[in-house]
Amino acid sequence: MNTWIAVAATAVGCYAVKLAGLLVPAGALERPLVKRLAALLPVALLAALTAQQTFADGRALVLDARAAGLAAAAVALVLRAPFLLVVAAAVLVTAGVRAMGG
Amino acid sequence: MTSAGSGLTLLQTCALSLLVFTGASQFALVGALAAGGNPFTAAAGAFFLGVRNAFYGLRLSQLLALPRGLRPLAAQWVIDETTAVTLAQPTRRSARIGFTVTGATLYVLWNLTTLLGALGAKAIGDTDAWGLDAAGPAVFLALLAPMLKTATERAVAGLAVLLGLGLLPVLPAGVPVLAAALAAPAVLYLEGRRRGGARADAREDDER
Repeated sequence: MNTWIAVAATAVGCYAVKLAGLLVPAGALERPLVKRLAALLPVALLAALTAQQTFADGRALVLDARAAGLAAAAVALVLRAPFLLVVAAAVLVTAGVRAMGG
Repeated sequence: MTSAGSGLTLLQTCALSLLVFTGASQFALVGALAAGGNPFTAAAGAFFLGVRNAFYGLRLSQLLALPRGLRPLAAQWVIDETTAVTLAQPTRRSARIGFTVTGATLYVLWNLTTLLGALGAKAIGDTDAWGLDAAGPAVFLALLAPMLKTATERAVAGLAVLLGLGLLPVLPAGVPVLAAALAAPAVLYLEGRRRGGARADAREDDER
């Protein structure tokens, strides 16, 4: 029963915040500063998320094979490689470094 | 996927995936319940991880311009991945297509893998050995890169990375990413001040 309560509370809470963002009236977002802020917030969130997925192990910061993989992806991006090649570079280099015991 | 081993039933595991549909929140909830946390504390932690979706919604509602009636339906798909794809689209039409295709695909795949995982189907061994855990951040990086057009966006991203990583060891799960969102107002504020300063300098030049 406790588990169902937790599942229900999480579902309601998570859905509510998702909907809240979408329901903010367009008029409230008209002001140039608010507009700029709304455009920059996802950039900040996604950048932080990308960094955490690369360097975090639980709550510890680590430098492992993923960092090498992401570096390879960054190089591929600078070379204007197509999307799939960028992701493939990250996966292959990460696997390679791990295979070598990194 | 991890939930089957921590005391959740098949039905609970699948309900969680179908109804919550925010990976980080699901893992946090399952982890907290497995650690013996009470349901409300566990749900609060999961909720924190989901708060960033509200900020995504702000931007998505501008980009997608959805009719009011569709918004409650679309809301369930407002997550990291759909936002990253939608933001990378050049036109409203492609943004809508990107959001819908990404949302539908991930919703189906995510819930299917949850079901298979809960049924005890053996995964393809250790996916980490294949380097697949680097695919997620690489996708985000590839989608994010074209958005970093001006110095402002780069400053926001850079500061957000520092905040997100620097606060990770000291704040509870989910909070560092939210704190990293502060990079956006901080950079806008500094930019405004610098522009204000530049304007004042120009005025002084005029007076001279």
